Amino acid sequence: MITKNRSVLAVLAIAVSGFTAGTAAAEGKLSIYHWFEYIPQELLDAFSAETGIEVTMDTYDSNEAMLATLKAGKLGSYDVAVPGDYMVEIMIGEGMLDMIAEGELANVGNIEKQWLDVPFDPGRKHSIPYQWGSTSFSVNRDVYDGDIRTTSIIFDPPEELKGRVNILDAQGEVMLLASMHLGIPQCSTDRDQLKALDELLQGAKQHWASFNSDGAKDVLVSGDAAVGMIWNGFSAKARAEGANIEYSYPREGLIVWMDNVVLLKDAPNRANAIRFMDFLLEPENIAAVTNFAQYSAGVMGVTDLLDDALKSQPESIPPADAPAGTFVQVCDQATQEVYDAIWTRLKK
Amino acid sequence: MAEPATGLAISASFRPLRVWLLLPSWLVIGFFLLAPVLVMLVYSFLTKEFRGGVIWEFSLAAYDQFVFDRGLFGDEPPTIEWTYITIFARSITQAALATVFCLVIGFPTAFFIATRSPATRSIWLFLVTVPYWVNLLIRTVSMKFLIRDNGPLNELLLALGVISEPLAMINTNFAVQLGLFYSYLPFMVLPVYASVERYDFSLSEAAADLYAGRWTILRRVLLPVVRPGIIAGCILVFVPSLGAFLAPDLLGGAKNFMIGSLIEEQFKGNAGNWPFGAAASMILLTLVLLALLLLVRQQRTTEAG
Repeated sequence: MITKNRSVLAVLAIAVSGFTAGTAAAEGKLSIYHWFEYIPQELLDAFSAETGIEVTMDTYDSNEAMLATLKAGKLGSYDVAVPGDYMVEIMIGEGMLDMIAEGELANVGNIEKQWLDVPFDPGRKHSIPYQWGSTSFSVNRDVYDGDIRTTSIIFDPPEELKGRVNILDAQGEVMLLASMHLGIPQCSTDRDQLKALDELLQGAKQHWASFNSDGAKDVLVSGDAAVGMIWNGFSAKARAEGANIEYSYPREGLIVWMDNVVLLKDAPNRANAIRFMDFLLEPENIAAVTNFAQYSAGVMGVTDLLDDALKSQPESIPPADAPAGTFVQVCDQATQEVYDAIWTRLKK
Repeated sequence: MAEPATGLAISASFRPLRVWLLLPSWLVIGFFLLAPVLVMLVYSFLTKEFRGGVIWEFSLAAYDQFVFDRGLFGDEPPTIEWTYITIFARSITQAALATVFCLVIGFPTAFFIATRSPATRSIWLFLVTVPYWVNLLIRTVSMKFLIRDNGPLNELLLALGVISEPLAMINTNFAVQLGLFYSYLPFMVLPVYASVERYDFSLSEAAADLYAGRWTILRRVLLPVVRPGIIAGCILVFVPSLGAFLAPDLLGGAKNFMIGSLIEEQFKGNAGNWPFGAAASMILLTLVLLALLLLVRQQRTTEAG
């Protein structure tokens, strides 16, 4: 989830507020840095009622905004944050996360096997699963009734869909989808492959109507776009709001993502952060988040606690022949700089 | 600054206190305006740290990146980089167009209001401000609803038979222009109104008595007198339009960078190139300052001549 409406001034404000950071540690408190609208208030109230810990929460609207804030001096004033997969890896590399010791989390056994060891945090030393889902695209079935299980819908759309495509304003996911379309690895260092990536995007842009992340659902519901890159839970919400859309599981590959609760370095209330993580590993608690956000939890025993509509929604149940999910990979500096150059050229 | 004669005695009695009375505004300006600009200036000459942040080593890399194109991989012989010039030119064109449209619509509007009877003027002014009680974001989103393919405007035109296919307005430069024009129109109307209101219409009558035509009166008498209001209005529309990002994002589809979104990307994008974002800000700031200085100088020479 990445939104764009932040000005340079806001970045400055972050930088300035960083100088005054350093909240004193206090007994019975927990300071959360979280995405906007991603946890039900009732759940936080339940945590406070159960433990007597007073919870405060600040929110952000993109992984990068969170990183910028913490880098500008806010590290040490929050206990936990909820970065996406690739951002966990970046934060580990930046030394911004604390280690969860063996046996420290009582409920660690509740984590589903497939999420116990993940590429972005080998051995789950710093994080626990929060929610996960996939990123693909949805097509308006009133406009186009052909085969949609191909990334050509985005990069070489059929006549009916030309000029009516909305793209997520998220570099990592767009680059991964484009790489899948070309059949090249992520973060390729091969110059010909990178040039092909650049040419693909340059050529596809003429068919695209807009770049929009936080409005990715609305453009599909309103009909401004007939195809839209979108996260699966967001697509389910668009369908619930009346859009006759189908979520695609392209044969070329499926992007998966996972948001994770991480223990921040210099957490002022470390013990309470651990208690909060244990709380979120209880099936009934994380099920409340899933029912709210409509993605999927990475904890065993959640399925029975979900709303009926959520149990059977096609956006959460890939067909049997769908490819295995791929996470957005963290590129090294040289490749990332080429990616940035391609992205800037795309938006020139 | 010249002080009005009547204020002399009063200001003399306040003189010993002046430093203290001015201190709050100096602090506010210093802390919220000068300090951030200085931070940006310094950052623009530092070395970038990967994924945001700066390394405290002097570097001209940010300005080099703005001016020279060294190919996708950064190892080709340098040529002139057109990417950022294109982005700046696009923003400047859009802002200039918005200023012209605001002036063309805003000047007659202000003239109309200023020539009403004093009792009704305040009602007209009040009406101009009514839409601005609503937040800019909400108004921009509403504009999007109005002009989308199956929105009310297209449906009305279709029903009237003016068009047979919906006009594609959303996600175009036209939509961006409409958003900028609509957002900043009152910034033109209000200062122009203020100067037209003070205009002494007996000057026009005197000019007419001396056989000046309507066009000549407008050009030689009215416009020179209300000129400061027009210039103030143009600055108030042009400068915020230049850095606008709501209209380009929401109405233009965010397909093409404007200056504002280019700078934002440097701080929130994947590589997090803070020095380049700071450098682009400084270049923008310098351009705006130069334009304003030129305007002021030109105004001085016209007044002197």
